[in-house]
Amino acid sequence: MSKFKKKGSRVMPAISTASLPDIVFILLFFFMVTTTMREVTLLVDNRKPFATEVEKLQRKSLVSYIYIGAPKTFLRGQFGSEPRMQLNDSYAKLNEIGQWAIAEREAINEAERALLTVSIKADKEVKMGLVTDIKQELRKAQMLKINYSTRKGEIFSDR
Amino acid sequence: MASRRRENPEINAGSMADIAFLLLIFFLVTTTMDTDTGIARKLPPILPENLPPPPPIKEKNVFVVLINSNDNLFVDDDYMDVKDLRAEAKRFLSNFGRLENYSDNPQKAVISLQNDRGTSYEMFIAVQNELTAAYNELRDEEANKRFGKDFVDLNERQQKEIQDFYPQKISEAEPVNLGGG
Repeated sequence: MSKFKKKGSRVMPAISTASLPDIVFILLFFFMVTTTMREVTLLVDNRKPFATEVEKLQRKSLVSYIYIGAPKTFLRGQFGSEPRMQLNDSYAKLNEIGQWAIAEREAINEAERALLTVSIKADKEVKMGLVTDIKQELRKAQMLKINYSTRKGEIFSDR
Repeated sequence: MASRRRENPEINAGSMADIAFLLLIFFLVTTTMDTDTGIARKLPPILPENLPPPPPIKEKNVFVVLINSNDNLFVDDDYMDVKDLRAEAKRFLSNFGRLENYSDNPQKAVISLQNDRGTSYEMFIAVQNELTAAYNELRDEEANKRFGKDFVDLNERQQKEIQDFYPQKISEAEPVNLGGG
């Protein structure tokens, strides 16, 4: 007679999943706090260059975005690979900036129009010619506060 | 007649996790991690054409930074590496009339940044970053000297004082075609 007799057919106790919702909720809140809503569907490549001396854009409602870059790979067949500018949800030509600027300015209330900033989100491969043209158009449209959008990090750190 | 003492049945919370997962996935899909940081600049307004030309600035007070279409950097017509630009800009700005071909004082000093149409945006941002860094470092030094604190820790009035001492004058010139070097 052995002392350590095997106890017959022991069942594994079920793991309690009662705290699973709590864990998922923690994850949910983490993502809600750290991320921002997607504004537009990007139609252009957008790998922003790095810079160290960056400032954070404070008020999202007072920022308008211009995206510049080569069309995304799946759109190359239709639009070629030359860098393009994207305003809102579609590609735009240079002369559309004026109209766009007026619309963006109309969208915010009058007292805060002077604080409107244009965030230029350009791909690092873009040539300055296009960016300069856009800057000239912005000057004509009286949108003088701009922000060159960058990632935070040492310059050229992905080379 | 219904029985008077009925046990409250416990609500099944088993599907709570599923609901939370759905919400989580919704947020994962619709949001981005993208934070909005960048280098802030102010464009000059377009001047009316019949305006008299602005008074000339002495050549020694202008720090000409030039980037050609091959992303080569030239400072006052000499080739320079991006790594050395920050130190050189600081030397130019904080010269106070000591050396012959650097600025008289920071209030008069102007940095003129010119680029070609073929310059890459990455290089342009790198140069912008180095020039901003030069200003920021000088402002920090001055803030430490006057108030014993970094520039960002000063109150608004003190920040204004430092900003007036080192005004950030970076002029992005009208577009030109400089060609390759």
